[in-house]
Amino acid sequence: MKIAIASGKGGTGKTFVSTNLFWVASLRGIDCVLADCDAEEPNVAEFITGEEEQVEEVSQQVPVINPEKCTFCGKCYDYCSYNAILYLPERRMIQVLPDLCHDCGACSYACQAGAITEHPKLLGKVKHAAYGSGQQLVEGRAEVGVYSPVPVITRAIREAGNRELVLLDSPPGISCPFIATVDRADYVVLVSEPTPFGLHDLKLSVATVRQLGKPFGVVVNRAGLGDDAIYRWIEQEGIPLLLEIPFDREIARIYAGGGLPSAVDDSYREMFSRLLTQIIQQRAS
Amino acid sequence: MKQIVIISGKGGTGKTSLSAALATMGEPLTVADCDVDAANLHLLLQPSDQSRQSFSTGAKAVIDQQLCTQCGACMDACRFDAIRYQDDRYTISETSCDGCRLCMRICPPDAISMVERNGSYWASGTFRNGWMVHARLAPGEENSGKLVNVVREQSRLLSEERGMETILIDGPPGTGCPAISAMSGVDLALLITEPSHSGFHDLKRVKQLTDGFGIPSVVVINKYDLNEQVSNEIGAWCRSEHLPLIGRIPFEPAVVEAMLQCRTVVEWAPRSVAAREIAAIHRQIFKS
Repeated sequence: MKIAIASGKGGTGKTFVSTNLFWVASLRGIDCVLADCDAEEPNVAEFITGEEEQVEEVSQQVPVINPEKCTFCGKCYDYCSYNAILYLPERRMIQVLPDLCHDCGACSYACQAGAITEHPKLLGKVKHAAYGSGQQLVEGRAEVGVYSPVPVITRAIREAGNRELVLLDSPPGISCPFIATVDRADYVVLVSEPTPFGLHDLKLSVATVRQLGKPFGVVVNRAGLGDDAIYRWIEQEGIPLLLEIPFDREIARIYAGGGLPSAVDDSYREMFSRLLTQIIQQRAS
Repeated sequence: MKQIVIISGKGGTGKTSLSAALATMGEPLTVADCDVDAANLHLLLQPSDQSRQSFSTGAKAVIDQQLCTQCGACMDACRFDAIRYQDDRYTISETSCDGCRLCMRICPPDAISMVERNGSYWASGTFRNGWMVHARLAPGEENSGKLVNVVREQSRLLSEERGMETILIDGPPGTGCPAISAMSGVDLALLITEPSHSGFHDLKRVKQLTDGFGIPSVVVINKYDLNEQVSNEIGAWCRSEHLPLIGRIPFEPAVVEAMLQCRTVVEWAPRSVAAREIAAIHRQIFKS
């Protein structure tokens, strides 16, 4: 079972929920893996580290055009949907702009002159680490400045495999990186906060998750800090409220310092244990 | 014209709250909300839009089942694993399709066509201290970096037209395509962070990005008193990197109260410590 922990707005507590859920699942001895899919800003390792087992590089193919063989017919330029080929036939100049290339293969298909070869370009890394009694941590980490983290995310999820419980700590937003993660999940936990920003972005993520046809529920983090508009909306929409996490300055301080509240406070351990049970039940129904 | 981007790597560190507060202070300016995935600045600045235009995020391939001969060439060619064979037919997953058009080009019976996605838009108008450009990406659409570029370009045109000398950019989280689009060619990046291990980690990554583009940067620590030890570590790192730390905003109830009223903290509680600190940040970044 794959559970994505996601939100439209950043900083609502996705990693907070993912790491604590993973911790309580490990305590229960569940065969579990936590995959950090926020490849632009992976943060799980700031809170939980395991014993590093292996690191794999993720790369994409980037075409290179050999000007000796090129006939300057311009077909590759026509085929490229990403403006990634600079083509100035009158100056007999042609060049691939690697940052814009999406690795679709259209130019290679187009070229009749055998002038295009493809070479790997590093996009990021996927790390595996063993944890606890057979649990595992997987991290997707994109190189800084790489345009799209999606290939790294996809690989991280594939490497996480099919275990009893796969937790996907999702990237923020509602576009490609978010979709790449959530689309592969069986159930989505949307984390939000009771503020106008939190509610506005929750509405966007709900619209996206509904479009993908995924079952989902909401966790309200920092409860007590804002107002109750988010609860009224959730109720009106008939969305299950899975958990409220009260705002607690001491807990915020512990977490900010890299500590896991579930590991130091019984009430948090029970809270996340309840959440885990709830998710498993929701998924079953 | 001076362009300043507020950026953080990590989400939820206070980019939008700080952008809104700075935008309502001092001389009129143009603000550009470049977090098109989760645009919130309009909630605080409540602009009156004067124009709104739809934006195409690209096209998605669709197979006409009447024409499809089930040869499978499209599935073999697709590098995005977007084409599936299920229930005796080939279909293209809208969410996986990257819009490269290769399948359309190679399909022997020409059964594949592209459908434009026009659900996103950008808008521009006035707010209480100048002009504003913002956008909304339709749920599940791609190319947020391209939409960020449109918002940037429109704010530049608008500023020229209306004689605005400053563009303040509320940036998106992350270090990928939208973040790069939001910061390219700016004069100053204000990196806002929070005193947590994750905030600090992401600050370092975003600094790599601004360094890569040669953009002068300054740092603000938001909610600095949530963990003073980490705040001090960030301060020490800034010194070693020769990054000016120009402000430390405390965690104050007034900040949340202001947001609930859809106001900025400098308007809602001008005497709060946070508001006074933001005023000092404003003086620092707008001194000529």
